[in-house]
Amino acid sequence: MFPREGGRVKPAVFSYLDPRTLEEALGALADHGDDASVLAGGQSLVPLLNMRLARPEVVVDVNRVPGLDALRVDAGAVRVGALVRAAAVERDPAVAGALPVLAEAVRHIAHPQIRSRTTIGGNIAHADPSSELPAVLAAVDGAVVLRSAEEERTVGWEEFFVSVFTTAREPEELVTEVVFPVRPELEFRWVEFARHHGDFPVAGVCLGLSLADGAVRQARLAATGVGDRPLRLREVEAALTGSVLGPETAREAGELAGRAVDPPSDVHGSGDFRRAILATLVRRTIESWPGQAQRGRKGAAA
Amino acid sequence: MKAETREVTVSVNGRELTRRTEVRTLLSDFLRHELGFTGTHVGCEHGVCGACTVLVDGVPLRSCLTLAVQVDGSAVETVEGLAPEGELSRMQQAMRDEHGLQCGFCTPGILMSLLAAERDGVSCERACTDVLGGHICRCTGYQGIRAAIRLRWAELEHEAAAPHGEETPA
Ligand code: FES
Ligand code: FES
Repeated sequence: MFPREGGRVKPAVFSYLDPRTLEEALGALADHGDDASVLAGGQSLVPLLNMRLARPEVVVDVNRVPGLDALRVDAGAVRVGALVRAAAVERDPAVAGALPVLAEAVRHIAHPQIRSRTTIGGNIAHADPSSELPAVLAAVDGAVVLRSAEEERTVGWEEFFVSVFTTAREPEELVTEVVFPVRPELEFRWVEFARHHGDFPVAGVCLGLSLADGAVRQARLAATGVGDRPLRLREVEAALTGSVLGPETAREAGELAGRAVDPPSDVHGSGDFRRAILATLVRRTIESWPGQAQRGRKGAAA
Repeated sequence: MKAETREVTVSVNGRELTRRTEVRTLLSDFLRHELGFTGTHVGCEHGVCGACTVLVDGVPLRSCLTLAVQVDGSAVETVEGLAPEGELSRMQQAMRDEHGLQCGFCTPGILMSLLAAERDGVSCERACTDVLGGHICRCTGYQGIRAAIRLRWAELEHEAAAPHGEETPA
């Protein structure tokens, strides 16, 4: 499976740049563009290099660029610098206070030995269609800050995620920051189904609700694993808005969510399987939402 | 294209070592083939099995997903550092007592992850689930490893509770 040269070498030959300033890093990307791969945590790129599924001419390692590892939390947003490790977000008390769902979703990414290295910026830039964080970013209507030698631009999540492993990032751009707006009026949950904790989920949902007197005032629902990028399920959000939480609402929302997606089939499950899992996740998340009047299990609500 | 090389200096278990290596050399291969630390095992070489886990500047990571050039100037800890005098560490002893290994292929990585967990004050429960979850063992069925973790963590609790300098039971 692996190409071997004396058993020692896995990746194909590349040239290695480890810029010490952001300007240098952006200069390297401007020079090499499509021929370069950015190395941050390396937890997705290095497996691709080892299997030679990726053969970049140049690897630009941004780990020694100062200033990219800032994690800032203010009233408006959690701003995660490109080099912030998943483990740092998982442990940060300010993140836990401002946007606990982010820490919760991060805990579902792989294992501690991977989270120690993997970066939030890398996770977003890699755009794996089954990854957790893109769906969280979608649920909170977040954005990605891209920087090139020429300019800096902020791109909303919907424009950023184009397709499987494909984003709006131009080859000469670097993801410098991921912005997760804080929405105190909403309470968010992350729920996913994976065959094994730490695997990419078959499906996962980020649900945000604001309730008043048991009725939904506002709803946000994003899903991963059920499309070629993170999806916002706006028809489910609309159906939930104004409804009273209960088993019937939960069941209907689940069914609607299942009908709203058309997931591809792959070795981890057929499209129908993913759809069924999504419907169940949505239903259960709503069923177990706190603050709803307790009703008999079988009794229809509202 | 000619393979690019660089000089890499690392401290491995407290010993400073320098070698010129190709920039594409993985840390796992650098440790094993260039420095001779063959205690670090490689199973999958794409981050899944955990056999290659070492500590870099105290942080547990997959050495098969790290380039040797990236750890230039860092301190690496490998399984060889656990029993420098030939006497097993307490965690190694617990693994032995509780049959936490059979073939031993997965063991070096697990020991390094547990060393970091012990230092970080991770709970026994999380060491048994979250931390061990990052390793694949094809032999033991994990029960023996969990028993060893419980044994070691009980010792740690005992040490924390015991007044300073008091003997801990062997
Ligand atoms: S060899 Fe590194 S994780 Fe398997
Ligand atoms: S003891 Fe053989 S793989 Fe774990």
